[in-house]
Amino acid sequence: MSEVLSSENLEKDSSVATVNKKRSQTAELWRRLRKNNMAMAGIAILGIIIVLAIFADIIAPYDAVAIKQNLKDRLMTPSGAHILGTDEFGRDMFARLIHGARVSLQVGILAVGLSIVLGGALGAIAGYYGGKLDDIIMRIMDVFLAVPSILLAIAIVSALGPNLLNLMFAISISSVPSYARIVRASVISIKDQEFIEAAKAIGANDFRIIMLHIIPNTLAPVIVQGTLGVAGAILSTAGLSFIGMGIQPPAPEWGAMLSGGRQYLRYAPHVTTIPGIAIVITILALNLVGDGLRDALDPRLKS
Amino acid sequence: MSDKLLNIKNLSIEYTTEDGVVKAVNGINLDLKEGETLGLVGETGAGKTTTALGMMRLIPNPPGKIVGGNIEFEGRDILALSEEDMRGIRGNKISMIFQDPMTSLNPVLTVGDQISEVISIHQDLNMAAVIEKSKEMLELVGIPGGRYNDYPHQFSGGMKQRVVIAIALACNPKLLIADEPTTALDVTIQAQVLDLMNNLKEKFKTAMLMITHDLGVVAQVCDKVAIMYGGEIIEYGKIEDIFENTRHPYTLGLFGSIPNLDSDATRLSPIKGTMPDPTNLPSGCPFHPRCDRAKNICSQRVPRHTNIDGHKIKCLMFEEDIKQEWI
Repeated sequence: MSEVLSSENLEKDSSVATVNKKRSQTAELWRRLRKNNMAMAGIAILGIIIVLAIFADIIAPYDAVAIKQNLKDRLMTPSGAHILGTDEFGRDMFARLIHGARVSLQVGILAVGLSIVLGGALGAIAGYYGGKLDDIIMRIMDVFLAVPSILLAIAIVSALGPNLLNLMFAISISSVPSYARIVRASVISIKDQEFIEAAKAIGANDFRIIMLHIIPNTLAPVIVQGTLGVAGAILSTAGLSFIGMGIQPPAPEWGAMLSGGRQYLRYAPHVTTIPGIAIVITILALNLVGDGLRDALDPRLKS
Repeated sequence: MSDKLLNIKNLSIEYTTEDGVVKAVNGINLDLKEGETLGLVGETGAGKTTTALGMMRLIPNPPGKIVGGNIEFEGRDILALSEEDMRGIRGNKISMIFQDPMTSLNPVLTVGDQISEVISIHQDLNMAAVIEKSKEMLELVGIPGGRYNDYPHQFSGGMKQRVVIAIALACNPKLLIADEPTTALDVTIQAQVLDLMNNLKEKFKTAMLMITHDLGVVAQVCDKVAIMYGGEIIEYGKIEDIFENTRHPYTLGLFGSIPNLDSDATRLSPIKGTMPDPTNLPSGCPFHPRCDRAKNICSQRVPRHTNIDGHKIKCLMFEEDIKQEWI
């Protein structure tokens, strides 16, 4: 309305709009992340692993190559026919590795997703309402924290039986408390801000305030912790599979592959080394991305 | 009675803290007619914001509590409404502009989303109509509708405050509570924002409660003024009564604290001392320790409202039976 403000002002405002490039927070985050070489290396490695995992069936069919035993070709060292050699049953290591990546990534991402949802919800409720509810939820979380997470996961898997779903469930339950703590802490710092009061003043109910106004503001630390958490979950999956509590043979899984090859460590070290290196590279890549995200989201480094 | 949009009677609000009970608001009476603007003036800690939050029923509880009185809005007692009904009123019938536009907008949502939110909560419109209406509101406060998808950090302070005004007026409220809307802005922007609020107020016929400590702002926009001190309204009247016929020593002190170009005084004459500790208000008149016209009786007797043609003063100097003490 030009009667409200002079047209001169309107013109100034619109010129500001064109100069000040429209930049959403995601774009801003990406711009800062791109400057970080280590993080970009991590993203590149992860990208390659994800692509290999997605196209695993095309690169090496599951039943024909990854599972089928071929005893006359057992424990072969890397060669033209098997670029990473074969394992103790003559199965192609590369095929098993990329199918194993599928399992690891799946468990890692879904387990962390589930624990973020559960932990986030509990933490948000505890932080927003405070008081007795906060005490009850957080003391239960403390009980979970008191049990070493790998022990808790072993207990859950052995109670429910070892399979992919139970494994995911076990790993996510054991990391729920840490997400609950992170989200609770951010919610407490955000709920007293004036814009939350303003949201109340326009008649928004609690659910809306938590979901729309508080949660998006707590995402930054959760994303960082989640990225690092995927690495932890992959490691736990491998660990549990190594002791036979995870993915059951003949399904390929990095930890199980390590475990299967350890008898042949002297004659065919590649059978254990290669899945080990795969685990190390994946975890390293995830940690690099996680650290990069943490730096990119740090408000003190904003320029 | 029925022409009153808002009628506050004997409202008292207390905060219970570890150091004792803070009597933030002590039995205040206010009323507003449709389209009228009331200025609520006072120093920091006088209870202005608490009064406003009380009207929205947004006093943080605990520690805050409305301990007495009633607030009637459109003939309904706000204090008796359910939380559900109250949410229907907030942002719709009564809306509020907060002091600092930098912090009263959510940094992770676009301004468009934030205007749309209040419309979609209170009006049964489809998304396209909501967005349409939000853009109209943006244009109305002088921001191009094309900036709908921009984030708050891409706006200047004055523009943010205009966005906040757009949110407050989006549902065409009956009453607008403006809690120091211009305090965080510089003087040139202040004038713009006040102009905008005045124009929109007249356009929508909205009543306004303007909370401020700036008497200049009051002079610019208000019809009536209430001066608050120590949780009480100590002087109340039409703007002419307060500005041209100032009675209460505290109000006189407030005017004395404003620099005046016409006078040759080299020093301002501020009110001596500071606001009393609200956990331990002085006996008698709460202003007497700082009042230069105080007499012994002021520390013993609580003043009542003296009504002089609608101009109400809470000072013993004007009470019939003892006013000769000052002559």
